[in-house]
Amino acid sequence: MTTASQPTLREQVEDFLFKEAALLDDWRLDDWVDLFTEDGRYVVPTTDLPDGDPRRDLVFIDDDITRLRARAVRLNSRHAHREYPWSRTRRFISNVRVEETGDGELAVSSNVLVYRFRAGEGAPYVGSVDYILRRDGGAFRIAHRRAVLDLEALSWHGAVSIIF
Amino acid sequence: MGEIMEIKDLIIDDRQRGVFRVHRSSLTSDELFQREREFIFSRCWIYLGHESEVESPGDYRRRTVAGRPLFFTRGRDGEVRVFLNSCPHRGALICRRDEGNAEVLQCFYHAWSFNMDGDLIGVPDQEAYGPHFDRGELGLREPPRVESYRGFYFVSFNPHVEDLVSYLADAREYLDLIVDQTEAGMRVVRGSNKYTMKANWKLLVENSLDGYHLVPTHQTYLDYISGLGSDDSGQTASARIVGKARALGNGHCVIESPVRSGRPIAHWHPLFGEEAREPIAQVRQELVEKYGEERAFRMADTSRNLIIYPNLVINDIMANTVRYFEPLAPDNMEVTAWHLAPRDESDAMLATRLDSFLTFLGPGGFATPDDVEALESCQIGFRATETEWSDISRGMLRPAKSTDELQMRGFWRQWHANMQGFTHTNVQDGPAVEVEAEAELALASDN
Repeated sequence: MTTASQPTLREQVEDFLFKEAALLDDWRLDDWVDLFTEDGRYVVPTTDLPDGDPRRDLVFIDDDITRLRARAVRLNSRHAHREYPWSRTRRFISNVRVEETGDGELAVSSNVLVYRFRAGEGAPYVGSVDYILRRDGGAFRIAHRRAVLDLEALSWHGAVSIIF
Repeated sequence: MGEIMEIKDLIIDDRQRGVFRVHRSSLTSDELFQREREFIFSRCWIYLGHESEVESPGDYRRRTVAGRPLFFTRGRDGEVRVFLNSCPHRGALICRRDEGNAEVLQCFYHAWSFNMDGDLIGVPDQEAYGPHFDRGELGLREPPRVESYRGFYFVSFNPHVEDLVSYLADAREYLDLIVDQTEAGMRVVRGSNKYTMKANWKLLVENSLDGYHLVPTHQTYLDYISGLGSDDSGQTASARIVGKARALGNGHCVIESPVRSGRPIAHWHPLFGEEAREPIAQVRQELVEKYGEERAFRMADTSRNLIIYPNLVINDIMANTVRYFEPLAPDNMEVTAWHLAPRDESDAMLATRLDSFLTFLGPGGFATPDDVEALESCQIGFRATETEWSDISRGMLRPAKSTDELQMRGFWRQWHANMQGFTHTNVQDGPAVEVEAEAELALASDN
């Protein structure tokens, strides 16, 4: 008889990331935004400056919770024309690494591949997504989400119109 | 294909009746695309980059301009030089990184070496070439013409092109309005937006100067701004958009509008936060002292979208942007956009400025993705070839507002003249104006 083993910390974080991916692929954006803390941040640097700092450098996206909510409202409306109708996306997450940072937060990094299909074309977004996660009871909340594209330019999609 | 209209018939310009139409083959034809490369991109001044991108001696930046691989660099003497990025020996790229700093660039193929003045300084086994081998003949080649205006560098592959200041015509004053915003000068912020649109490059010219599309296309942005309580006019968005359009000569055009949200120089808005109110008021006061109320009003409280013909857009709106687009095919272009900021700005103001940029602009913003969609949508629509003409007549019989289309007609008239081999034409509206086309005396193709 085997005893049910407790999931490791990495497995817990992976479960969280897989759920997040499912929310995004299902376009449940309001639920996705709810994963963030009130001081949460979502950053996507430009393709030519992956280490870009939003306070000093030009980045693609630097959303606080207000703009993140507005992004969800926009993408849920019929007026975000690049995503109306919504594209089909499928996310693959791997190489998850977790580090406890001592102050109750987790530093997480992951490799991400998102295929996006729309208007007769399909192409991937490829890169890494790094998180600062905070424990919230038994769950996690996202305090920081930094998505870094490996693409040299937005040659296939012309924009970051989905959440990467 | 093979069968195209005569160039002169591609545009209907009936200034009496106020009808302006562009034949859509202008936006789809391979032959016309090749002709543009020769008659426009090989003959006009084309934007290269900004002086701040090569700050120190040895700094270099790689670019593709009018199809040519180039790089520009700052020499030890402080001069900016531009080189064709191709080894004079057998052709390989000399500069193989997008940016960096170097004292010597060595071709990886056969190890010929060049200093940052372009001189050939090293050839392995040079004796093999015999006694008449002249290194002086084999330095890096430069474009036929390189000139700058207030930090903006342009190149031309036409040795006989008019000087840059004359070429800029009345667009020059609009560049001054940006550069004069700070005594310390402007700089390009690190990080650029590089994206591709599967659309003809001229659609982005039209779109960049299109006040008419703002309300219908960018409703989500306008909703977001008013939702933040930063709609300070108490009117609906469409009622507030007044302003004017101008054709500035040589194909350059502008729309100028009263400010709609905030401008980091120097129109405070709730979006920027209380702490930014005082510094912005101070900048505005300095502008008034230096330039007087009227010019300070234009700099602080009006916004401008400017096209420098043929393929450079400079926006002085909720942020200062420089947007360059390189045509790749009739239905494809590569866009690069940079952000200009005053060199002497405080960290807090810079952060505010960057934030202001992101809300509207850029491929992750609340507006640019919609423009990408609109332009690609048009390009697909052009496949319905039975609809032959696009209509660009709006406001042709009245003093043009920023929601009219004079600025697009000004561009198209210049394009039409260039494509017929003329350098200058009358780009303005107005009934029964004699079109004075002027033939180019010496063309690049003669050389």
